Order: sequence, then C-alpha cells, then structure tokens
Amino acid sequence: MSRLTDANVALAREIIARYPKKKSALIPLVHLSQEQNGYVTEDAMRHVAELVDVTPAEVYGTASFYEMFRFEPTGKYLINICGTMSCALLGAHELMHHAEHTLGVKAGSTTPDGLITLQHAECQAACTEAPTLQVNYRHRYRVTADDFDHLVDDLRSGKLDSEIPPHGTLGRNRQHIPVDRAVGAVHPDDVTSGPVWLEVSPS
Amino acid sequence: MGTQSPYPWAPGFYPGDRPQVVTSRFQYEDAHTIERYHATGGYEGFRKALTMAPADVADEVKKSTLLGRGGAGFPAGTKWGFTPQGVWPRYLVVNGDESEPGTYKDRLLMECDPHQLIEGCLIACYAAGLSRCFLYIRGEMALAQERVAAALNDAYAAGYIGTDILGTNFSVDIVLHWGAGAYVVGEETALIESLEGERGMPRLKPPYFPAAIGLYGKPTIVNNVETLSNLPFIALNGSAAYTAIGTETSPGTRMIAVSGHVKRPGVYEIVNGSTTFRDLLFGDEFAQGMREGRELKCFVPGGGSAPWFLADQLDIPFEGRAAGSAGSMLGSGAVMVMDDTTDIPAAALTLVKFYAHESCGKCVPCREGGTWLYRIVERIVAGDGTDADLETILQVGQSICPGNMPHASSERLGLEAVPFPYKMTTICFVGPSAYVPIHSAMTLFPEEFESRITKREVRRLIPVSAAAAAGGGS
Repeated sequence: MSRLTDANVALAREIIARYPKKKSALIPLVHLSQEQNGYVTEDAMRHVAELVDVTPAEVYGTASFYEMFRFEPTGKYLINICGTMSCALLGAHELMHHAEHTLGVKAGSTTPDGLITLQHAECQAACTEAPTLQVNYRHRYRVTADDFDHLVDDLRSGKLDSEIPPHGTLGRNRQHIPVDRAVGAVHPDDVTSGPVWLEVSPS
Repeated sequence: MGTQSPYPWAPGFYPGDRPQVVTSRFQYEDAHTIERYHATGGYEGFRKALTMAPADVADEVKKSTLLGRGGAGFPAGTKWGFTPQGVWPRYLVVNGDESEPGTYKDRLLMECDPHQLIEGCLIACYAAGLSRCFLYIRGEMALAQERVAAALNDAYAAGYIGTDILGTNFSVDIVLHWGAGAYVVGEETALIESLEGERGMPRLKPPYFPAAIGLYGKPTIVNNVETLSNLPFIALNGSAAYTAIGTETSPGTRMIAVSGHVKRPGVYEIVNGSTTFRDLLFGDEFAQGMREGRELKCFVPGGGSAPWFLADQLDIPFEGRAAGSAGSMLGSGAVMVMDDTTDIPAAALTLVKFYAHESCGKCVPCREGGTWLYRIVERIVAGDGTDADLETILQVGQSICPGNMPHASSERLGLEAVPFPYKMTTICFVGPSAYVPIHSAMTLFPEEFESRITKREVRRLIPVSAAAAAGGGS
C-alpha cells in the first residue's frame, strides 16, 4: 500500500486549504507522497488525484514533467553531481568518473544494496563552490575525489543520519499557519472588492 | 570539502568595504532567526510602511528605480503599476526558483536572511494591494525551504503575517510553495503554471506581464527574491538613500557570483552601475584575478543565457545599456570565467546541453533546435564533427533567433560588436539560450572549431556492434 497515511492525509488537507484552487496543491502533495514512500507510486498518484479533485492522469501529467519526482524505487541517498559550466570548468566530469568508479555503478543507477543512486545534475546554485554535489538536495562544496569517498563511507556507516534525511524528505520542518492568524484562501471568483487597507478603492 | 568564505554559514560570500543593502546580516551565523532579525533593525521598514498610505509606499519604491534582479532588469515599482484598475484579487508570487547557470545569490538570501525576504513580501503586498503571497522556492534547495518555513512560522507567531497585522487592517497570508525541478519554471508565466499544479510551460504572450492576467487569471506580480529583499532598506531609509548608491540608471547594489577559473570565486554585493568587470575579476576585494600563471580567455557576464565577453570588454560597468550595446546582458548576476586552459567547444557544450535538456517542449524551434544543437556540438567535441556541422549550427540558430545575433567585439579578430537583444521565434528565452553559448564560442574562437572538425564530407560510420568495431564482423 502506498496511498498516503492518515497522518499525511491530514497534512495534505492542511496544505490544500492554503490555495484558492485545489490543484495548486498537486506538486506539494506529490512531494509528500515521495517523502512517505521514497518514490512516487501509482497508488499515491491516484490518492493525490482524489484529494485535489483531478484525474490520476493529470497528476502523472504534471508530476512527470519535473525531475525531482522518481517513479521507481530509488536509493536512500540520491547523489546529484553538477555538470554545468562552472562545475565542469573545475573538474565535475572527473568527479563523476571517480564517483562511478567508487560506487561501481554508472550515473543513473543505484548501488546493488539499494543505498545510493547516482545522477548527473544541472546547476545547483553554488557555482562559486565548484565542483558541487547534493545528497538528497543538501549541498556539498568543492568536492575532491577523497571527499567523495569519505562522504560515501559516512553515508554507509550512518554517520550523517541526523543531517541528511532519507530521499523524498526535503525540508525537515514544515510551514504551519496558525488557525487564529490565517486569512484563509478564497476562490478567486469569489473576491469582488479590493483589499480593505487600500484607502482609495480604484474603480 | 567546504567553503573558504569568512562566514562558513554563507558559503562563497565575501564582504568588503562597500555598502551592504541586502547582505548586512550575513556576518551573523544566526541571521536567519527572528531574534537576530529584531536585534538588527528587522521589520522596522515594514512598521514604517504601515504608517504611510499604500500608494505612498509604492511611490517610494518607484522613485528608487529598483531594477528587477531575476534577469530582465525591469523596474519593480513600474511593474506593480501594470495591474489593471478594479480587478481583484491581486497576488504576489515570489520567484525563488534560482537555476540560471552560474547564478548563486537568491539561495544565500533565503538561507541566511529569510526574514528580510518576508519583510519585503509584506511591504510589496501592502503597497500594491496584493492579498495573498506565494513564496515559490526551487525544489532542490532543502535548506532554504527549512529556513524560510521556520521564519514564516515565527513571523506568523509574532503577528507580522496573517489577519489585522500589527493592529492595522492589513491582512495577508504568505504561503510557502516549492518546486520539483525544472529550469524553465524560472520564467514567470511558467512559474504561475507550476503554481497552478500544471506542467511548467511558459504561457503565450501577450499579455506580456502576468500583472494583467496571472495566477488563476488574476493580476499577479512576480518578483525575484533579491528584488524583494531590497524593499526593507528602501522602506526604512527612503528612496533617496537607495539611489545615493550606484548610478542613476542602475541604483543600489546587486549581488554577483563570480565562478570558474579565478583565484577567489565568490558572491559579492557590488555597487551597481559603476563597478566594472575588471574590478570584479581582478580586484583584491573581489575575485583577485586568474589562477596562478594563467590568463583570461573569456567570460560569461550574466548567466548561462548571456553572450560571452572577452578581455576587450573588461572595462564595461554593471549597467544594462552599456552591457547591451557591447553585445550581451547583465542577466541574473552571474559571471563565469574561463582561463587559457579552457577547451572552448567543450565549455560551450555544457551550456548547450543544459538548455537543450531544460526545454519544456512547447515551442518547436527550442524543442527540436536545442536538441540538434546539443547533438552537433557533442559530436564536434568528440572529434567527429564536419564542415557541414558548423553550417548546420548556424542554420538551426537562425530558426531560433532570426537575423543578427548579438556578440562582443574582438580586436584580435577585427570584429565589431552586435548589440543585444536578439529576435526570437520562441515564447521564452530557453530556446535562444541554447544557441547563445555556441554562437559566442564559434564567433569569438573560430579557430578552436576549425581545428576540431574533420574535413570529410561524410562522417565516419558508427559501428553497429563492438565486434564490428574490432573488425570481426557480426
């Protein structure tokens, strides 16, 4: 079973309520399902479709556009090595070559123990700290071959468990809008007048 | 592993003896907390704005001539004025989808000073009558999401966000939203599509600005993270204090990331308009010159989409018109530097590959053309290109960008500059951006392509199997 758990359904409803239209919650909810299951399953997409009132095909249609969503089992740790210009100028290709050698798998695949998936990635907004990589979207800077091997050792030994959550979890905290402070989302067609704080309401 | 910046919590950032508008708190490791924010003048600009009429706040921002920092450089205050009269609601969408190659500043602003961004959002919503704000952060930025989520929770608890803010009748929610990996979503109409739960494909234009028809078909202001982060300073100190920094056409400061083959790659908050590329690449306060014993070959002045500059262009200042007439653009504040060890076709390939990969597939010239360009440049780099390939690159390029293509001048080649911008057959800039780097590379370094290609009419046959390659048949 990979539908959302009851706790995640409650969270999903909280997220949906923030948007004037339900479908806006689609991407956040697919992320939530990936956090729960480690990748995006068909059951989860059906469940998200029910929650935001669209067809499962629409969920898949949107989700498949985005690179972070994975539709097959993925390693506990997803290592993305940047290969765009600034990193390439400072050894990204050599780093990838080394990574493939260390892990014994080609980019795009997962180690046989299911722990690490290695991928090519594009610019990670850390260009001054090249070459960079991300483990589950957490940056590592100026990575040397030795650094990479230490990183893999630390991931295998569980030394980084407190710093790097399993693949699928992005922020380890969440936004919660307190009920007594929330303005609330109104369907755009139900808003007919300007905001009250604008002194002169333009007509 | 790790950064060499003086503040390890702000990797790559170097302060200097210069005005700091948006990075003033980067010196504090806890700059992201509401306690530090309060202790350093936080939310005072917003409090001051609340004592003024919204129209007066908007006017102050307009007078500051704050230019958008996302890439296009459009004045933010003017953009706010494009919302149609009497159409409600109006939304604010924060573009935190930083992903232009070479660009690294919005992530720092979100990680190190999220309250400054939130305060900027509040000021914008108050001034422009925007009743709901969506803060869209790039999916691949886990730490930025954590910091902004925590800051939003604290700001709600402190009464800065929500209903009847600080005892006034101003009410707004700020909703944290996060993406899932797609460069094109940085384009503002694609960002809106993504926020509506759709595939992130740019919308047809006109309307040119979502200020007219945006999120859910309603007037929507889309502003970049750095743009909004300037507002607390402007609200607190006034537009005159802001325009006192920088030049008339490019006031204030802006954040620039210098990466590649320099001694000290870094993110610098520079004085806008007057700082030159020579300052930035060679100045002691900045990147400190090329790596030991190396010389500058060329640089990308404004993110991966920008035509390349040579040493000939080092004295151009960070001013839009100056960069434009020299054949490029300032873009998103990203300078990528290449020294004389650089293999130019291979360097161009990294960018062509990026844009080909990131095409959303909506416009044919980009979807097909970008992929063609990638395949052709890839085989040239692999040593398997022909004369015909160079011609095909130009033909494919013309189908994406018809007419004259902007490029820099070169004394060495006797080339005159062709000014920015280009014409385009696509809705957004992803298509042209696949052509720009290879066009620059071929125009400024033709000899590196001539020496790379083979002079054969027909390419070598690619063996069907390894056995055939070994000559053993199959």
